[in-house]
Amino acid sequence: MANLIIDIQNVSKSFGDFTVLDGVSVKVHEGENLVVFGKSGTGKSVLLKCLVGLLEPDQGNIEVYGQSVLKMKKKEMDAYRKNLGFLFQSAALYDSMTVRENLEFPLRKNFKFSEEEIRAKAERALQMVDLSHAIDKMPSELSGGMRKRVGLARSIITEPKIMLYDEPTTGLDPITTKEISKLIRNLQQELKMTSIIVTHDMICAQIIADRAIVLHKGKVVIEGSLNELISSNNPFLINFFSPDIIEETNGEIDGF
Amino acid sequence: MVSSTGKSLKAFFIEIGGMTAFMMRFFRYFLLPPYEFAEIRKHMEELGVKTLPIVSVTGFLIGFVLALQSHPILARFGAESVLPAMVALSVIRELGPVLTALIFAGRVSSGIGAELGSMRVTEQIDAMEVSAIDPFKFLVVTRIIACTMILPLLTMYVNFIALIGSYVSILLLQAMSLQLYTGEIIQAIGFVDLLPAVAKTFFFGFIVGLVGSFKGFNAEKGTEGVGKASTSSVVVSSLLILIMDSVLVKISLIIWPI
Ligand SMILES: Nc1ncnc2c1ncn2[C@@H]1O[C@H](COP(=O)(O)OP(=O)(O)OP(=O)(O)O)[C@@H](O)[C@H]1O
Ligand SMILES: [Mg+2]
Repeated sequence: MANLIIDIQNVSKSFGDFTVLDGVSVKVHEGENLVVFGKSGTGKSVLLKCLVGLLEPDQGNIEVYGQSVLKMKKKEMDAYRKNLGFLFQSAALYDSMTVRENLEFPLRKNFKFSEEEIRAKAERALQMVDLSHAIDKMPSELSGGMRKRVGLARSIITEPKIMLYDEPTTGLDPITTKEISKLIRNLQQELKMTSIIVTHDMICAQIIADRAIVLHKGKVVIEGSLNELISSNNPFLINFFSPDIIEETNGEIDGF
Repeated sequence: MVSSTGKSLKAFFIEIGGMTAFMMRFFRYFLLPPYEFAEIRKHMEELGVKTLPIVSVTGFLIGFVLALQSHPILARFGAESVLPAMVALSVIRELGPVLTALIFAGRVSSGIGAELGSMRVTEQIDAMEVSAIDPFKFLVVTRIIACTMILPLLTMYVNFIALIGSYVSILLLQAMSLQLYTGEIIQAIGFVDLLPAVAKTFFFGFIVGLVGSFKGFNAEKGTEGVGKASTSSVVVSSLLILIMDSVLVKISLIIWPI
């Protein structure tokens, strides 16, 4: 079996009295794509933020490469983050910079590439997400889907070993969704990336998932291959994965 | 009533504590490399461009009105001849530094509050942190340094413009050669008038940068968070400037009595 890269152990996180994560354990092995499903508001983004040290869990432990993220010193944390890409759900592009500057920013700050290399890398990353024409635009001039793709290009530009994608295809049309999903697949294969992908998108999941988990009410309720999840008899999963079945209690939808 | 006063008093002290910690963090960071010189220069240029028009107009009018108002008062005591010296002393010692700082606070502190606030709310600050780029160093330290360095320059410029305004005002009342006007001023103004007055503007600039950054960097989620960060920066930094001014004037009068 491949090396264990990410080991989330029994993590809990509350905001005030409101428990979001309630003992979540997840393991991800080297070169693996793990897809995380879950209803809106179950704490998928919170889980990713705990993993990169933006939020601190109340309980449990998170180890990456065998090192506890919660106990890292600033230097160790920096080294860890330099080797990690994070696509925010909101894309989080820097408003005051052009698309090109957004992409070049992490390269300039953290690595010692020559000016030509930096420019070439930015252009190539943008090409991968099919946005070469937008290189000199400001983020405010982009559509939601374009912002998402620039965010993706920015997070993969440093060719990190670990990638965390928070809904990489939300807001994209089916064709672009397939292209982006294939890109994520290719990156995984070429760069041996280890990834966690939060998504609701079945097209995307079918292309990229090696394994999937479902998060519900703060817990991992099921874990397995995508097919195992889809063919499960669990009523919640049937509800989650079958487009034509809606729980009877959803009275509002009866009117259609 | 008592408990709500108690609560807001508690919030006040928490705020003071937070700001002090924020300031200490600045001092811990600003000597450490990497030095973001390009970023500091960029901010200084932006701040200059943003405030130059309004401080120019204000500066001119202050000088103009001050001379206009003082003339009849001095005339009552038969002391019109000290008009240039009096205007110059008022402008250089007090009005120039404080008014420039207050305008600067209004324009810049709110701007920084809103800018950093929206970066906080839209997760840009988190994104920077996850890229192993220290957002405090890149966003906050550079802005505080830029404010601290640009305000003294702006103040000297405003002083100059205000003295032009007062000269124009005097010319409307009586004939006076430029030579005489500048001669009177140069004679009246000494080192003790200039140095403390310029020195205090560094503090004012620092306050504006610090308060705006503090409010923006710690903005609460949501668009109200950004608005609140922006308006409260102006209120707090203006108040702190006036308090700081009283303290510094008192101190400088002890060190350099007139
Ligand atoms: N910084 C925070 N402070 C307080 N509550 C928070 C914070 N971040 C998230 N939450 C709460 O935690 C819960 C989970 O949020 P999260 O963003 O992880 O959901 P999600 O599973 O990613 O949902 P979605 O699919 O809609 O993105 C939400 O109820 C949210 O209100
Ligand atoms: Mg989310």
